[in-house]
Amino acid sequence: MSKLARTLLASLALGLSLGAGSALAQDEGLRLVPAPVNRLDDESLQRGARDFVNYCLTCHTAKYMRYNRLEDIGLTPEEITDNLMFATQKIGEQMTVAMTAADAAKWFPAPPPDLTLEARVRGRDWLYSYLLGFYRDEKSASGWNNVVFPNVAMPHVLWQLSGTNKLVETEYEDRAKAEGAAIAAKGMSRVEEKPGGKYAVLTLATDVPGTMTRAQYEAFVGDLVNYLDYMGEPIKNERIHLGIKVLLFLGILFVFAYALKREYWKDLH
Amino acid sequence: MSKLMTWIDERFPLTPLWESQWGKYVAPKNFNFWYYFGSLAALVLVMQIVTGIWLTMNYKPDAAKAFGSIEYIMRDVQWGWLIRYMHSTGASMFFVVVYLHMYRGLMYGSYRKPRELTWIFGCLIYLALMAEAFFGYLLPWGQMSYWGAQVIVNLFSTIPVIGDDLSTWIRGDYTISDVTLNRFFAFHVAALPLVLIALVAAHLMALHETGSNNPDGVEIKKQPKDPRTGLPLDGINSHPYYSVKDIVGVVGFLVVFSIVVFFLPNMGGYFLEANNFIPADPLKTPPEIAPVWYFTPYYAMLRAVPSFLGTQVWGVLVMGAAVLIFFALPWLDNGAVKSIRYRGGLYKAFLAAFIVAFLILGYLGTVPVTVWGQFADGFPFHGADRATVLSRVLTVVYFSFFVLMPWYTRRDRTKPQPDRVRWK
Repeated sequence: MSKLARTLLASLALGLSLGAGSALAQDEGLRLVPAPVNRLDDESLQRGARDFVNYCLTCHTAKYMRYNRLEDIGLTPEEITDNLMFATQKIGEQMTVAMTAADAAKWFPAPPPDLTLEARVRGRDWLYSYLLGFYRDEKSASGWNNVVFPNVAMPHVLWQLSGTNKLVETEYEDRAKAEGAAIAAKGMSRVEEKPGGKYAVLTLATDVPGTMTRAQYEAFVGDLVNYLDYMGEPIKNERIHLGIKVLLFLGILFVFAYALKREYWKDLH
Repeated sequence: MSKLMTWIDERFPLTPLWESQWGKYVAPKNFNFWYYFGSLAALVLVMQIVTGIWLTMNYKPDAAKAFGSIEYIMRDVQWGWLIRYMHSTGASMFFVVVYLHMYRGLMYGSYRKPRELTWIFGCLIYLALMAEAFFGYLLPWGQMSYWGAQVIVNLFSTIPVIGDDLSTWIRGDYTISDVTLNRFFAFHVAALPLVLIALVAAHLMALHETGSNNPDGVEIKKQPKDPRTGLPLDGINSHPYYSVKDIVGVVGFLVVFSIVVFFLPNMGGYFLEANNFIPADPLKTPPEIAPVWYFTPYYAMLRAVPSFLGTQVWGVLVMGAAVLIFFALPWLDNGAVKSIRYRGGLYKAFLAAFIVAFLILGYLGTVPVTVWGQFADGFPFHGADRATVLSRVLTVVYFSFFVLMPWYTRRDRTKPQPDRVRWK
C-alpha cells in the first residue's frame, strides 16, 4: 500500500471514530449507567425471559418473537410451554397479548410499544438506566416520572420489587460545575437547565425500600435487559461465532491468493 | 472444448467479446492499491443483485407488512439474517468503494482525454446508485425510511410553480404511503438495477476502448511495441496478471466486509440507524432526521444554504449542482499532466481541501446543526450556528475545486511526465 493510501485510510478511520456514536440523536445532559449484561449467560437470559413474560408481556407485546425461539437460550419445549406460556397459544406462535391495539389506544395515554426490537432502538444502557430511573412524582398523571425518559406515560410497574425513589435536585451556578458534579456522582443523572441560567443535577435516592435489596433489583433489571437485548437479535451469538470461522477461512484464502499472484507476477520485469 | 467454442463462435462472437473486454485486454503494469476499487465495485454490484433477489423472495412491499417481513427474514428465514446484513452492509460498502474509485480518478486524472465518456458513464452510475440507494432505503419501512423519503421527496416541492404537483406525482399520494412503497419497490428491484447494469457495461466498454490510465498518467498505447511480446513497453495482459491480482483485492475486501457483517452490522448507527427499528409512523416525526452517511455531505450543503426570495429551492439547486458538477471535470482541467505525481502544489492543495471539505461536510450532515453551539457575542456571525457557518465555507471550498480548476491547473507548476511508467 502506498503512503498516500495509508494516509487516506488513516484519515477515514479518524473521521469515523470522531463521528462514532453521533449518528444517533443524543439526549444531552443524560448520563446512563452501563448495563451488566452477558449475551453468553444462558441462566441470566432464562431469568430475563421469565421476568419478561411475567411483568412486561401483559401490556407490551413481542410480536416478532416466537416462543419456541427460546430454545436458543437452553430451554426445552416443555419448559417453555409449562413455565413461560399462560394463554392458549401454541409454542410456534409469537409473543402477543390478548389486548387489541384499539383497546390499548383507549386504555393508555400512549399505547405500549412492541418490545421485540426495543434494545436495538434504545440500546442496552438506556433500557437498564430507564428501568432504574423511576421516581415518585405527584405532579404526573400516573404518579411516576423517570430521569431517563422525562414524563413517560408508563408507570413504575416494578415498584413493589424496587421500592420507591425520590428525585434529588442539586443546583449549580453554571453548566461546567453541574457536569462536574454529575460525573463525580457516578451512576445515572441528568443535567438540566433551570430558569435564571442555573443548572441542576437530577439524581435519585431511595425513599421506601421494596421487597428486593438494591443489588437484587439491579440484577433483576440486568437479566431483563440481557433478555431484551437477545430478543432484539436472537441470531447475534451465532453471527459472531460464524464470523470468526469466516475470517479464519478468508485469512487462509488470502495467503493462497497472494501466493498465486506472486507466482504469476514474478515473470514480469 | 475447443470444438464447442468454434461452434459457438461461428454463431456468436463469444471469444472476441471475452478477448476484447478482458482476455487479451492490455493494461499498464503499474496499477497500485487504488486500482482495486473498480473490480470491487463490480463485485459489490453482483452481491447486491444476488442478495437482493433472495430478499425479494420473502419481502412484502406493503405498508402493513413490510416492516414485519424484514423481521421475518431476520428471524425465520434460513440464513435470512446473513442475506439481509450482506445487503444492508453492501449498500454502504458500495458507496465506500465507489467514493474511493472516484478519488482514484481525481488523483491520476483518469477522467481526461481520451477517457471522457468512461468518466461520464461513471458519473451516471453514481447518480443511478444514489437513486437506487434512496429507493431501497424506504423498503424496510422504519421511521428513518419513512421520514427520510418524506424529506427527499419534499425537496422537489421547493421548485417554484410545479413543485407541489411534482412531489405528489413522485409519491403517487399526498404523503409517503403504500402507493409510494410499491413504486419505490418497483424502481429498486427492476428499473434501476437494469439501468445500473447497462451503465456498467457501457463504462467498461468505453474503458476497454481507450485503455486504462495509470498512476503515472502515461499513455501506454503511444509507446513503441516490445518486439518480443507485441505489447506496449509498459503493458501487460490483464489476464492472468490482473485476474490474479484482483483476487487478492477481493479476498482483502471480503475480510473488511465480513468484519462489518458478522461483528458490526449496525456500524454504530451509520449502516443501520437505530430509529429504523421503529416501524414507520406517519403521525410521529422523529426529533432528528439524518440521511445515511453516503448522502450526508450533500445534506450538509442543503441545510447550510439559506433561503431567500421566499423560497428554499437554492439549497436544492446547490445540492444538485454539487453532484452534477462531476460531469464537467474533463473540460475543466487544463493541467499539462494527468497524474498527481507530476502536478504542482496548487492542484495538490485544491484536491486536499476538496477531500477535507467533503469529509467534514459528511460528518456535519450526520449531526444536528447545533452540534458545536453558536458563535458568542463579539465574534463575527454572533448567534449563528458554528456548524452552519463552517458548512457554508466548506461548500464554497467544495465548489472552488471545480470552478477554479481551469485557472489553477493552468497556473500550476507541473513536473515533466516521463515516457515510461515508474514501477517497483
